[in-house]
Amino acid sequence: MSVTDTQPTTAPPLTPKAQAPERPAARIIRDFARSPLALFGLALLLIIVLAAFLAPWITPQNPYDLRSLSIMDSRLAPGEVGFSGVSFWLGSDGQGRDMFSAILYGLRISLMVGVIACTSALLLGLTLGLVAAYFGGRTDTVIMRLVDLHLSFPPILVALILLAIMGRGLENIIIALVIVQWATFARMGRATALSERGREYVEAAQSLGLSRIRILFGHLLPNCLPPLMVLYTVEIASAIALEATLSFLGVGLPATQPSLGLLISNGFQFVLSGQYWISVFPGIALLLLIVAINLVGDRLRDVLNPRNIT
Amino acid sequence: MVFVIRRLLQALFLAFVMSFLVFAGIFAVGNPVDILIDPDATQAERARLIVQLGLDRPFHEQYFIFLGNLLQGDFGNSFVYNRPALGLILERMPATLELAFAAIVIAVVLGIPLGVYAGLRHGSPGSQAVMAGSILGFSVPNFWQAIMLIMVFSVMLGWFPVSGRGEVGEFLGIRSSLFTLNGLHHIALPAINLAIGHLALVIRLARSGTREVQAQDFIRFARAKGLSEPRIVLVHLLRNILIPIVTLVGMSFGGLIAFAVVTETIFAWPGMGKLIIDSIRMLDRPVVVAYLIVIVVIFIILNLLVDLLYSLIDPRIRLDEARQ
Repeated sequence: MSVTDTQPTTAPPLTPKAQAPERPAARIIRDFARSPLALFGLALLLIIVLAAFLAPWITPQNPYDLRSLSIMDSRLAPGEVGFSGVSFWLGSDGQGRDMFSAILYGLRISLMVGVIACTSALLLGLTLGLVAAYFGGRTDTVIMRLVDLHLSFPPILVALILLAIMGRGLENIIIALVIVQWATFARMGRATALSERGREYVEAAQSLGLSRIRILFGHLLPNCLPPLMVLYTVEIASAIALEATLSFLGVGLPATQPSLGLLISNGFQFVLSGQYWISVFPGIALLLLIVAINLVGDRLRDVLNPRNIT
Repeated sequence: MVFVIRRLLQALFLAFVMSFLVFAGIFAVGNPVDILIDPDATQAERARLIVQLGLDRPFHEQYFIFLGNLLQGDFGNSFVYNRPALGLILERMPATLELAFAAIVIAVVLGIPLGVYAGLRHGSPGSQAVMAGSILGFSVPNFWQAIMLIMVFSVMLGWFPVSGRGEVGEFLGIRSSLFTLNGLHHIALPAINLAIGHLALVIRLARSGTREVQAQDFIRFARAKGLSEPRIVLVHLLRNILIPIVTLVGMSFGGLIAFAVVTETIFAWPGMGKLIIDSIRMLDRPVVVAYLIVIVVIFIILNLLVDLLYSLIDPRIRLDEARQ
């Protein structure tokens, strides 16, 4: 693609240049596209997100509208044609729910919880990390001690403790995930900000007499974003996996919010009698989602790391 | 010695802080009366327990009563079993510990040879297969792995039992499933399930260690001296890649105990993890609170041990602390 196309036409060239410098966004997109595996991951991710988003319009039935369910269709094997003449490509569950529809609806919930929780954790952790790095001293010590304490306990344990005290529920699991993840973002945000703090542009902003808050969020923050974006991508995957685990254990989402973890949990009892599809297909959907996010995240890590620019 | 005392004091302080957080958490979220007293209790019993537990007093006094009870090992009675909560947890601890131990053995015994192989034959199809497997091991959620293991090896092939701990044997005064054939048969699948994540980690560490060490002078010298390949790998190479792996194993023991919650629930393994999930579901709050305290103490002790071990292996850490 031509780089000059993306340049604003209003900017008159001050000095005659053979070629305008390439914009970072264009370089990132080009570098990213060099890995077929990453492109595959991105395509997979887009398909999954789109399918989850469009679930109400593309699924053969609304799995939570009881009128569209028939108990006669319960536990059909994949590919069987149901009582009402609809074929169940991925089989049906104990209530005669089409698994394909249930999985797309489940993906919606899993994605929503993962993205909301992870975004809030990013905002909270990044703010604390930047504050710690910029102000230093006692503020820094207090925040980082808290981070160290936090990271010495495994995430699943922290989430379990919180949910044991708060009880299950959509808000509660999001709160638990945020509390589990903020420390990772805080540590990364602080490390990046520390390496940026000594740069000339910060010094320039300080000598201009800008306020601390303005320097922190207007100047330091944008420059800390690339490594954090990588972490954010990968952490969404782990948030989704953790939510699925907790919901599977029965301490996460309530039965009215059937995420992938709950679907797998519902199918577990049928695995023992050989009706594998009720658990296996939601699991494969979860696995594909996590692998797709991780493939994209891995490639972003390579592309956004300045040391890898050749 | 100063370092050890410092760390001990830090650990004690941490235990104190955590007990406060747990107590404040209970206090902030709900009424402790509902949390610590059985909802089925009669009115008179309720009133008696409120006074006994000091729930009629101000917050700070309540906390010290709570702390005093903890220090005496009194965590309250389980609503469901009507027995001391601490005893319930302690009697299930061996099952969890043996599961974590079996998982570590599997991760190390399989992981080191696979990782060394992947490092020595870097780029070969076998090595790539091992690495692809380890990436998959990271990505597949633990609980779904467990279901797949049960589906394939218990339901379809019928090789292993679906759940339970099996017979428990006694050896040198330790009671464990590891000492009977039936017990080993039962522990195989849960232990593999718990091990997979760590297996992937050990493979990665062993591989990168092998690639690093292999290029160093002493290995090239051993080759030049004409030592046999097995001797080079088993003696010279292995010894030099072990330190990070041993550290990982030590540090990950706590993580295994935490993740055992998932494995135990799926395989109906009668350990602490299954107890806590059952207790959360049945609102058996004294057991939940006792579990939280016990697990926090276990973690503080584990972190302390790892830190002390570190300072033994690497004296620089001790010096850094002393200088501060």
